[in-house]
Amino acid sequence: MYRIIESDLLAANIYRMVVEAPRIAKHCMPGQFIIVIKDEFSERIPLTICDYDRTKGTITIVFQPAGASTTMLTELKSGDHFYSIVGPLGNPSELCSMSKEELSSLKILFIAGGVGTAPVFPQVKWLHENGITADAIIGAKTKDLVILEKEFNEVCNLYVTTDDGSYGRNGMVTKCLEDLVAEGHDYNYAIAIGPMIMMKFTCLLTKKLGIHTIVSMNPIMVDGTGMCGACRLNVGNEVKFACVDGPEFDGHLVDFDQAMKRAQLYKTEEGRAKLALEEGKTHHGGCGNCGGDK
Amino acid sequence: MAGSENVYIAEDGTIKAADAKVKVPVREQDPKIRATNFDEVCYGYNQEEAIAEASRCLNCKNAKCIAGCPVEIDIPAFIQQVKNGEFAKAYETISSSSALPAICGRVCPQETQCEGVWIRGMKGDAISIGKLERFVADWAKEQNIKPLSCTLKNGHKVAVIGSGPAGLTCAGDLARIGYDVTIFEALHKPGGVLLYGIPEFRLPKDAVVAPEIENVMDMGVKIETNTIIGKSVYIDELFEEGYEAVFIGSGAGLPVFMGIPGENANGVFSANEYLTRNNLMKAFRDDYDTPIKCGKKVVVVGGGNVAMDATRTALRLGSEVHIVYRRTEAELPARVEEVGHAKEEGVIFDLLTNPVEILTDDDQWVKGIKCIRMELGEPDASGRRRPIPVEGSEFEIDCDIVIMALGTSPNPLISSTTEGLDTNKKKCIIADEADGKTSKEGVFAGGDAVTGAATVILAMGAGKDAAKGIDEYIRNRSK
Ligand SMILES: Cc1cc2nc3c(=O)[nH]c(=O)nc-3n(C[C@H](O)[C@H](O)[C@H](O)COP(=O)(O)OP(=O)(O)OC[C@H]3O[C@@H](n4cnc5c(N)ncnc54)[C@H](O)[C@@H]3O)c2cc1C
Ligand code: FES
Repeated sequence: MYRIIESDLLAANIYRMVVEAPRIAKHCMPGQFIIVIKDEFSERIPLTICDYDRTKGTITIVFQPAGASTTMLTELKSGDHFYSIVGPLGNPSELCSMSKEELSSLKILFIAGGVGTAPVFPQVKWLHENGITADAIIGAKTKDLVILEKEFNEVCNLYVTTDDGSYGRNGMVTKCLEDLVAEGHDYNYAIAIGPMIMMKFTCLLTKKLGIHTIVSMNPIMVDGTGMCGACRLNVGNEVKFACVDGPEFDGHLVDFDQAMKRAQLYKTEEGRAKLALEEGKTHHGGCGNCGGDK
Repeated sequence: MAGSENVYIAEDGTIKAADAKVKVPVREQDPKIRATNFDEVCYGYNQEEAIAEASRCLNCKNAKCIAGCPVEIDIPAFIQQVKNGEFAKAYETISSSSALPAICGRVCPQETQCEGVWIRGMKGDAISIGKLERFVADWAKEQNIKPLSCTLKNGHKVAVIGSGPAGLTCAGDLARIGYDVTIFEALHKPGGVLLYGIPEFRLPKDAVVAPEIENVMDMGVKIETNTIIGKSVYIDELFEEGYEAVFIGSGAGLPVFMGIPGENANGVFSANEYLTRNNLMKAFRDDYDTPIKCGKKVVVVGGGNVAMDATRTALRLGSEVHIVYRRTEAELPARVEEVGHAKEEGVIFDLLTNPVEILTDDDQWVKGIKCIRMELGEPDASGRRRPIPVEGSEFEIDCDIVIMALGTSPNPLISSTTEGLDTNKKKCIIADEADGKTSKEGVFAGGDAVTGAATVILAMGAGKDAAKGIDEYIRNRSK
């Protein structure tokens, strides 16, 4: 099980893998995620499902190495196996439970930032399969980091923007959104997925513009089933567990500042682990507080 | 072993307790040393100590200890067998009632069960039934003796959800009488709380938990890990896949938080998260990638086994640790042995104390906890005296980690995705106490999923009763 059927690079440092996981492929819906474990010694890493093929029993994941554990995922090649994959976790996107009438009453805009482009894809595709062609913005730092452009173009009206203007429009996704609205688009429903800071500023803007906005949160997780509370967030002044109550929430209610601080929780440990990975085991120093190198 | 206390070896070789009123003490790791490692605290009895302890048994006609055991092990019989040095027979006696004796011997609250009702208990120390059970199970493992299993399969398929003590017992009992059983487990390894909750120093994973689970698998039980019922597959689909009955032993895994200000700060963890990182994902070992926060000073809120385990884990990771509990020592719900061990290891108990707020610095990291003193008033519904806050007694404890160990409740994942499965207001699945039957045809349940957080042995008892219920249900159906 969990054999990697295909593995390639979507951009310089963005990996895509198609993996055998028949039970997950049978049930998953856009918006849901999985947790992968590379080998017995690795962390449990949550990743959004970016595509699925029910007949072949496969799912697609996309990731950009950040911490030590995601960096280690890049060691896996086509034909290798993950030690474990569990899912589908979290709730399907709200869109999937809406009726055709409800859907067509919405003027939907997807806003994807960086690797966040990948988890947006199944939603855009699902809408297209259900007869709705939405608008979508893909934002990337620079031309080489724009991913899935061809795939998006087949299923939506796409606007690409780059921070440095090297491709498509010039500027961040917020600028693109402002421009589109100025050009006369009257969106009333947005789905923004990307780095926390990008979702935060997008939500500040859509609030001003009066566009209802859904975001997909990806906090630190352990089990993904509601068991540990590591993934807790403040949403509308209520504590929510992203893994079971989300991962999608009303972006205007999410406390992004707290969520960003919580995301820093293991940064020192992760930095140390990454260093250890790069420099061999010489740098492995346990948790840092309990007496340095064990 | 020479020099074991209270062991008397007569010239003819018979071994006895020198003083029949007193327990043969069990050897343990020195508290100062063990507070810095994750090796097992208790070494258990050796053969002579076990025989000497067994010699104290009165072998009463009307043995109350059996009724004190939720899986009704024939305790006097196995103790007599130990006394006579017939350890293999003793293992047969125990394993015919319990699939997990090495585990139960270590974690059951014997003081309120078999040992609590023991007759000699009125005249002297109760017999260490748990330590003897552990001795027999460990001995059998060393000798590679396996429990009896069934070779004749009856062709009926049963699905078991969850691989904690309830699920393992139900699966083992059904396999033993010929059923084709598959366990579905959400996590990547089997064992439930035995694996992710109870720490290594109390219940070694590779040496004790894994071999007992293997024994269950050796009876022909199959397991599918990474499979969440209600997400990866639904109960109704299991019936479509040909399972004739389903047992739900999904435990009570959801953490409880207090709902006080500051609880989302960095440095506040549920005991579940803290223990899972360390036990299941082995953060304490260098060869695992799992990160964990250690902290200079840790406050654990709660007084049960979970609190003791989180406390002693934090201690071993190098922190100074305080337990904050709102009642007195007498009401601590943890096993007496664990409380004693925690004290010996240097844990500080702040009793009659309740948190009101978690204090944070500008970066949202924990810097302390504000508490209020409590006093005991009239008994409440649980029969324990109700703690009441003492007005104006707030004070602060500096700390950088807070671990919430306030209990757990059942996960609604299964009940919310299974039509016709009734739960009560606490989200516990409603099941018949005698046979585990739920409101849904062919579905049985037991353990923490039904009772809320309880004990290993009660979960095993429920798994056992449900196995009988399932067997009867399938036999009636096939008539
Ligand atoms: C830290 C700690 C210390 C404890 N110490 C003691 C002690 O010393 N003595 C004692 O007697 N008791 C102790 N207990 C309590 C005891 O462990 C539990 O009462 C017992 O494990 C309950 O058994 P169970 O089989 O009902 O559930 P669990 O052991 O909780 O097992 C349930 C299993 O089901 C799985 N599961 C859940 N949902 C699903 C799903 N939807 N699909 C598939 N699988 C699922 C879970 O992952 C888990 O593996 C302790 C508990 C904790 C947390
Ligand atoms: S990841 Fe553990 S509760 Fe959400």
